Amino acid sequence: MVEKPIVSAAQAAELVEEGMVVHVGGFLGCGSPDRILAALLARHLHDLTLVCNDTAVYDQRTGKINGVAPLIVDRAFSRVIVSHIGTNPETQRQMNAGELVVDLVPQGTLAERVRAAGYGLGGILTPTGIGTEVEQGKQKITVDGREYLLELPLKGDIALIKAKRADKSGNLVFSKSARNFNPLMAMACGLVVAEVEEIVEIGALDPDYIHTPSLFIDYLVLA
Amino acid sequence: MVEYVENKEVIARRIARFFNDGDIVNLGIGLPTLVGNYIPEGVTVLLQSENGMIGLGPAPVPGAEDKDLTNAGAQPVTILPGGAFFDSAFSFGIIRGGHVDFTVLGVLEVDQEGNLANYKIPGKMVPGMGGAMDLVVGSKKVIAATTHFEKSGQSKLKRSCTLPLTASKEVDFVVTDVGVFAIREGKFILMEWFPPYSPEFILANSTADIVIAEDCKQGEIC
Repeated sequence: MVEKPIVSAAQAAELVEEGMVVHVGGFLGCGSPDRILAALLARHLHDLTLVCNDTAVYDQRTGKINGVAPLIVDRAFSRVIVSHIGTNPETQRQMNAGELVVDLVPQGTLAERVRAAGYGLGGILTPTGIGTEVEQGKQKITVDGREYLLELPLKGDIALIKAKRADKSGNLVFSKSARNFNPLMAMACGLVVAEVEEIVEIGALDPDYIHTPSLFIDYLVLA
Repeated sequence: MVEYVENKEVIARRIARFFNDGDIVNLGIGLPTLVGNYIPEGVTVLLQSENGMIGLGPAPVPGAEDKDLTNAGAQPVTILPGGAFFDSAFSFGIIRGGHVDFTVLGVLEVDQEGNLANYKIPGKMVPGMGGAMDLVVGSKKVIAATTHFEKSGQSKLKRSCTLPLTASKEVDFVVTDVGVFAIREGKFILMEWFPPYSPEFILANSTADIVIAEDCKQGEIC
């Protein structure tokens, strides 16, 4: 079994290049790769595209900030493809000021578009969004008398994900609701870095309880 | 003349009595979350949270929060014995696949065709739809939970929504603090009213088409 390189958060952040489409796991900050994101922030890139469930939490009243929110504040992205921006008012401000392109995608559609990219599908058909602004500009396909939207795969250049535990080959086990988009992001990108809380020997994880098998993982970072 | 006083607890208590033992239920953020506090004794529902779990339990005691265990509103939660975690694609497979019995969510507007608007006020507030569009399209029954009147005094029950829709013709019931409405054939059907309000009060303070059901009754809030 091939062991995957264990790199520092800073080395992982160096893999991200200007102009890349970056898939980031996490749901309002729960299950996001915080060490890698902190190292990425230190690079002050400005032309990335983010694919993530949301733009995380930035509460200007309490100062609470998590997940990708510091990168939003630092203007790391020129475009974000997300389902929700309501807990990060800075996203909305940049959008209204024309500084940031925000593509709002229904959460289930976002998950399926990322999954489709990883599964080698040309798209997925979903009833979600029919009769709303979401259908604008999209192809409609009728199957058995019901209308569906054709939603296209969402591939990325690099995925930054978070898991609870890895073995040295990169098999991953996620924790509780911190799993969310992480396994999907890992399959949709050519390059995948997993930040984990613990790295164990190959063979120490029960193969029946591995959530993401090692083949998707290129680098490990210890949180 | 009765004066309207907002009462979210009445809404939550009444919605909690919609569920049957064993139902899978998704409760939206805000007012819908309160419904979980009033599930009647003897009824067990499995709460689904779209970020990837079923068997959602109550908030943890202070100090026992787990950074890896939150609901879809990012609040710390617990999981009940027998609960399960899964990824986001699987979670929306449960939702879109018709495996959720009830979804309860808040609204900005709901209309007599069953259209719902709750994710965007153009030029003012754009939080995004999150999981709402999938939940409304995929769940077997959709309950809109809302106070009956806006601060301006306008009824939130519209003839036709003016805001961007979350979904088209998917709402089954609207529960407000004045009564319970079913949506059928392009009309609100008043099923129950909550004192001190009367069916006459409800009709007199609405611009939408509301029909009083033949078996309309005074609602019991327990």
